[in-house]
Amino acid sequence: MLEQQLINGLMLGSVYALVAVAFTLAIGVLNFLNFSIPGLFMVAGMLTWFFLRAGLPWPLAALLAVASGGLLSILVERFTYRLMSRSQHFVPLVTSMAFLILFENLALIAWGSDQQRVPLPFETVSWRVGGTVIAVPQLVGLGCAIAAVACLDLLLKRTHIGRGLRTIAEDPETATLLGVPVSRVVPVVFIVGGVFTALSGFLFAVNYQQASPFMGEEVALKGISAMVVGGMGNIWGAILGGLLIGVVETFAIHWLGARGVDIAVYGLLLAILFVRPTGLLGGVVRQQRM
Amino acid sequence: MSGYLESVLVLLAINTILAYAAFLPMVAGQLNLGVAAFVAIGAYSAGYLSNTFSVHPVPGAFAALAMAGFVGWLVAFPILRTRGIYLALATFALNQVVQGAILNMDAVGGASGYPIPEHIGFAVVATFAVGVLALVVLLFHTRFGISVTAVSDDERVADLMGLSVRGLQSAAFTAGAALAGLAGALYAHHFNYVEPQNYGVLFSIYVVLYVLLGGTQTVWGPLLGAAVFTLLPELLRGSAAWRYVIFACLIIAIMALRPQGVVVRKAWFSR
Repeated sequence: MLEQQLINGLMLGSVYALVAVAFTLAIGVLNFLNFSIPGLFMVAGMLTWFFLRAGLPWPLAALLAVASGGLLSILVERFTYRLMSRSQHFVPLVTSMAFLILFENLALIAWGSDQQRVPLPFETVSWRVGGTVIAVPQLVGLGCAIAAVACLDLLLKRTHIGRGLRTIAEDPETATLLGVPVSRVVPVVFIVGGVFTALSGFLFAVNYQQASPFMGEEVALKGISAMVVGGMGNIWGAILGGLLIGVVETFAIHWLGARGVDIAVYGLLLAILFVRPTGLLGGVVRQQRM
Repeated sequence: MSGYLESVLVLLAINTILAYAAFLPMVAGQLNLGVAAFVAIGAYSAGYLSNTFSVHPVPGAFAALAMAGFVGWLVAFPILRTRGIYLALATFALNQVVQGAILNMDAVGGASGYPIPEHIGFAVVATFAVGVLALVVLLFHTRFGISVTAVSDDERVADLMGLSVRGLQSAAFTAGAALAGLAGALYAHHFNYVEPQNYGVLFSIYVVLYVLLGGTQTVWGPLLGAAVFTLLPELLRGSAAWRYVIFACLIIAIMALRPQGVVVRKAWFSR
């Protein structure tokens, strides 16, 4: 029974982990808490439902949902980071919150506030290992999450753009002096973040077969917690944090009931912030602006 | 006064108090994403006092203010150890924990909400709002206003000039929490029903957004922000979703064109 909870927690955690990676990338490189991420997650989830209901084959639906995440994220970049350099530091955070409200309400207008049931695009296959049931699509989702982060890790460490990003994370002014094309590299952070978020939205919609205009809030808030628990700015920390939050959540439901979940998860977040604000895998806290 | 007009004006009064609840910590450089937590504490304290001990709503509102202020003062110590993004995240986590705690409290109805029969009219709510406004304006004509602005402008210099930075920061945080509690108590007694689902982090975000829309450089910015946030949607008369779409576009446009907010401080010297 406990093994089953652990498996369920890890599966749920893989959704949080992808969102946490998007958050942690924006914080790590740009020092920017991007509140539009819940909106992008929701748009991807709702589009998945919309396309699958319209009868599109699921790989195409997935592709369109993920692409929409990347595109909308560029739109957000135009109004947030572009303006950051010549204005007060809280502006991008505020604008990204406004984008969240914008996306949620546009989805409400387009599709109504009901929770929609996402049609399952393929037969559910599950393996039985001992007493536990492992759903194969969810396992594939977890695999996708880890593979995507491994690719991102390679991108950051091995490529020219990745080196540019790490320089900007260190110090944007020095990066400019050293000839890093900041205004061309920064959108990469937003595209990658948008794609990860949208992938997560797709996986959530397909695995839990539900989508609603508010689906982003809950998941993204857990994603933020996962990012902090793992260590802000650390992508493997985001994966660890995401899986941990997923497991804490399923065990909290098991032991405390559905209403105890928020106390357990966000209590853990508060405790980490007070005791070890760098998170489990984080290094030294940088002097953070807002 | 028609019922519709009265409820709009009551919301305006409550939103004004909320605006100052978010404004006070913000001028001290803290982005408080946990305003809703203190509103909930105020609303439920006032409701509990009124329902269980039949306390009159007006002293009840003061008790709620004290209660939320006390909790704010208690959590200010660990929370103000963090800063910047960490502080915003800690207040956000606090918001979720308080909401979760209330959901689990069966004494105040838990998830099914909490009816509070004792009613107060527009006059009482408006009096409180005017009082809060006068108090904050007065406060910013004293040393406190200048000191707190100095702390948010440059903490180190403020410290060097002999200001108690920690004291000012926790005072601003506590005062904000207390005002949020007052707003919660007034809401609970006017609308006679509260439920924990309303006090999520999105509530806090809305409050922060309309304060920033008005601008945080002067004491009048939050008032304007609250007025625009409350009245504009009523004038537009579309569906609720369209109102928020327009509100969001307005925020994005203002942040792009005039990031200090609509009302700004007069420049004392030109640079």
